[in-house]
Amino acid sequence: MATGSPGTLVRDLQGALGAAHVLHLPEDLIVYEYDATIERALPDVVVFPATTAEVAACVRIALDHDVPVVPRGSGTGLSGGAVPVRGGVLVVLTRMNRILEVDATDRVAVVQPGVINLALQEAAAPLGLTYAPDPSSQRVCTIGGNIANNSGGPHTLAHGSTVNHVLALEVVLPDARVVRLGSRVPDAPGVDLRGLLVGSEGTLGIVTEATLRLVRQQPAVRTLLAIFESVEDASNAVSETIRRGVIPVAMEMLDQEIIRIVEPRIRAGYPMDAGAALLIEVEGVAEGVALDAAVVEAACHAAGAREVRSAEEASERERLWEGRKAAIGAIGAAAPAFYLLDGVVPRTKLPEVMAQVMELSRAAGFRCANVFHAGDGNLHPNIMFDPAEPRATERVLELGEAIMRVCVDAGGAITGEHGVGLEKRSYMEWVFTPADLAAQHAVRDAFGSTDRFNPCKVLPGGHGCASGHMKEISPHLVEGAYV
Amino acid sequence: MTLQFVGPDIPSAEDLANCIHCGFCLPSCPTYVATGQELESPRGRLHLISGIREGRIAATPRALEHLDLCLQCRACETACPSAVPYGRIMEDARASIMANPAAAQPRGWSLRAFALRHVLAHPARLRLALAAGRLYSRSGAQSLVRGHLGRLLPARLRRLESATPALTDAPFRSTGVLASPAQRRERVGMLLGCIHGELYPRMHEATVTALAHVDAEVVAPPEQVCCGALHTHAGDAETARALARRNIAAFEAAEVDAVIVNAAGCGAAMKEYGRLLRHDPNWRGRAERFASKVRDALEYVAGQDFGHDLGAVDRTVTLQDACHLAHAQRIREAPRAILGAIPGVAFTEMRHPDRCCGSAGIYSVVQAEMSAQVLETKMDAIAATGAGTVCTANPGCTLQIESGARRHEVAADVRHVIEVLAESIAAGRAPVGD
Ligand SMILES: Cc1cc2nc3c(=O)[nH]c(=O)nc-3n(C[C@H](O)[C@H](O)[C@H](O)COP(=O)(O)OP(=O)(O)OC[C@H]3O[C@@H](n4cnc5c(N)ncnc54)[C@H](O)[C@@H]3O)c2cc1C
Repeated sequence: MATGSPGTLVRDLQGALGAAHVLHLPEDLIVYEYDATIERALPDVVVFPATTAEVAACVRIALDHDVPVVPRGSGTGLSGGAVPVRGGVLVVLTRMNRILEVDATDRVAVVQPGVINLALQEAAAPLGLTYAPDPSSQRVCTIGGNIANNSGGPHTLAHGSTVNHVLALEVVLPDARVVRLGSRVPDAPGVDLRGLLVGSEGTLGIVTEATLRLVRQQPAVRTLLAIFESVEDASNAVSETIRRGVIPVAMEMLDQEIIRIVEPRIRAGYPMDAGAALLIEVEGVAEGVALDAAVVEAACHAAGAREVRSAEEASERERLWEGRKAAIGAIGAAAPAFYLLDGVVPRTKLPEVMAQVMELSRAAGFRCANVFHAGDGNLHPNIMFDPAEPRATERVLELGEAIMRVCVDAGGAITGEHGVGLEKRSYMEWVFTPADLAAQHAVRDAFGSTDRFNPCKVLPGGHGCASGHMKEISPHLVEGAYV
Repeated sequence: MTLQFVGPDIPSAEDLANCIHCGFCLPSCPTYVATGQELESPRGRLHLISGIREGRIAATPRALEHLDLCLQCRACETACPSAVPYGRIMEDARASIMANPAAAQPRGWSLRAFALRHVLAHPARLRLALAAGRLYSRSGAQSLVRGHLGRLLPARLRRLESATPALTDAPFRSTGVLASPAQRRERVGMLLGCIHGELYPRMHEATVTALAHVDAEVVAPPEQVCCGALHTHAGDAETARALARRNIAAFEAAEVDAVIVNAAGCGAAMKEYGRLLRHDPNWRGRAERFASKVRDALEYVAGQDFGHDLGAVDRTVTLQDACHLAHAQRIREAPRAILGAIPGVAFTEMRHPDRCCGSAGIYSVVQAEMSAQVLETKMDAIAATGAGTVCTANPGCTLQIESGARRHEVAADVRHVIEVLAESIAAGRAPVGD
């Protein structure tokens, strides 16, 4: 903690929120030292505000005590974004979980930041509407976390990621002022500050309310499972489908390794002997869906598909999706630890990039399972390892870095959807020039967030932050789960 | 003296390492849903257990309270994509706290273990206590209290009173051969349980009827004792092991093909006798063989040809999945298959049928407040179905939902699935036109 005694910080926060909503004992803080990554760092205090005014009060008090502020949703982040590397006040937004409005005519929802993604979808469904961004973690993750990470999901291919669905935000700025950005109607005049906030990973402010765009549920949906002999054939099928003029709402790749991990546990109906599978979804009016499905099927066969199955029944479709959504978690049962990567490449480069990923993993001596948003070229290699083996963790991190290089060299980037967070800030220099990064720093300065608001995240450098990937992560490593 | 995990049951590093902190368990956990706090979530509790195990935090009363607030419903195991064996990690953690010298144990924990050890494990004492309850019910005092007199009681007492069952039926204490059908297919042994036959004799009667209906000879070995599930959940592994040994010997002597259990919590514990006795070389093999013969009554009946000669039962039914049937034993289809086969039963699913009702063994007594909160959500879900009958598969759930129905004024009759099946069997036997 920077200045002031911990006692007065806790007392001030208790005064603002009530003692029941402030945690500060070691045995309480320990469960707020993680998100879904490998990093760990203890906060000094954890607070659970219930209103925008309470959030602002917490930020104000942290400012007065000159300690860092880190926002947190459900802690499912995959880049260490909610890990308080320099301690300070962790602001957990799960109590602000009310859906304030669902307007079927304007197709708009107004929600608090702690609302669970799936809860919003469930609230919109009876009105024939849906909230399109659907991360695989949607049962758990919050809208605030989605906005901060500009999260995507299987359906991002057709609908775009979170940024395309945020109309307006209420935000508590690093100086504790409350501002509204954007507007309920599209195309607000002036500088698009709403766009800046989305994807800022909690470094520019805390979202306390969001006005979101809802889209109409399509009357007909069909889910296809195409089975291939290899990831290369399946990758070609993705490009071939889009070349033939159809953009499915989702195109998800599962390789042989992941199918063999998921199928015995989830029984989704994926063939155990498949070299790769594509889970494809098309939606629209019934006739259109039938036509699109026919095009997809033909494209898959042209690329060498062994079989294309079609599911229209809701229960059958859910089963196919269940396997996809549980896939990453299921790796936890198959290996002592694994390291989940997130990179993005141009779709057409998928076959060669995947070949290189597999070659690099083989050469390094690690099993690698792949499940990812193929339509977006968004890769998720999962490197499985045993941290008890000598130097295994370091070698895995080296391999991860090499794979990120391959993505960047192929014209891609270092994150497709999980964010930069703590984990990948040193890679930012691979994709941005010093001038590019200076511009990003300048935005942070303009928001008044330098060094205190979610410090050591997204941008390289910063006071009290280690530099370089290995150095960044190693002090925070613990035995056990390496996502 | 500082508390640590000690003894033979310290949670294993391998079990804990399966958790990848993805958080998929959070929305399945009744206490996380109620509080929104990581501390009351499975992921958080696993992390606390790791922290205590590695000596990073002390096992303070506050840390232990979070472990204690766990219902042990194991819904998180169903939600977990990484197959974390949460139930046994929690049982191991509690056992490793209770393996400390008595003076160091948290007071509430040792009191509870003491009570369980000295009452449930001793049928005579338990019956004495229940006799008082029966007198209370039969004398009419209970109905007086539940009528006007009740308003005079303080709220806490009234809640406790409403949680006690009406003990009006004669207890089920028969042992030996309970049914010997003409075409005997198999010989099965039935667990009577410590308190089950005292509270709900009708469930045992119905189970015997259903087993005979599928041509099983039913015996109840007289030497059997309490299954030890509640002791395991409370961290008293030693008492649980002693009870397990006696049950294994009792059922071995009865030479049965299967051990039938009509209480989901008991069945789940007995299926895990092999693990419970894993450190005991003399008993491990016998325990594993015994465990492989244990079947929930519904699991067993649904696997036989039970659909013949069923008569109509006029009930609108919804089903509360017993946690230790759905999550621990992974049995969801059997109760639905049985209800679906009974003519006249109109079945409606409630919202989240596999979410805990808050009974959780003795949880409803020791964590009354959280239990009541969890129960309230459950009663709303039940009321929304409009069903006249709530089916269960466990006496604890029955007790809890009956109490919820009284407290929240939901007009629902609570029955074990097997009771509804027995009604249908009886109706099938009645001469037509009767
Ligand atoms: C198994 C698994 C599958 C996943 N699948 C996907 C997927 O398909 N697509 C995808 O994009 N992601 C996926 N994720 C990653 C993760 O779920 C998303 O990044 C999600 O948006 C994080 O939400 P959260 O509420 O858990 O946020 P946290 O992890 O709590 O926080 C994430 C970031 O948001 C910031 N933050 C949180 N709330 C606020 C707020 N109110 N205001 C400002 N900043 C805030 C935090 O500081 C942090 O930087 C997956 C994760 C797991 C474990």
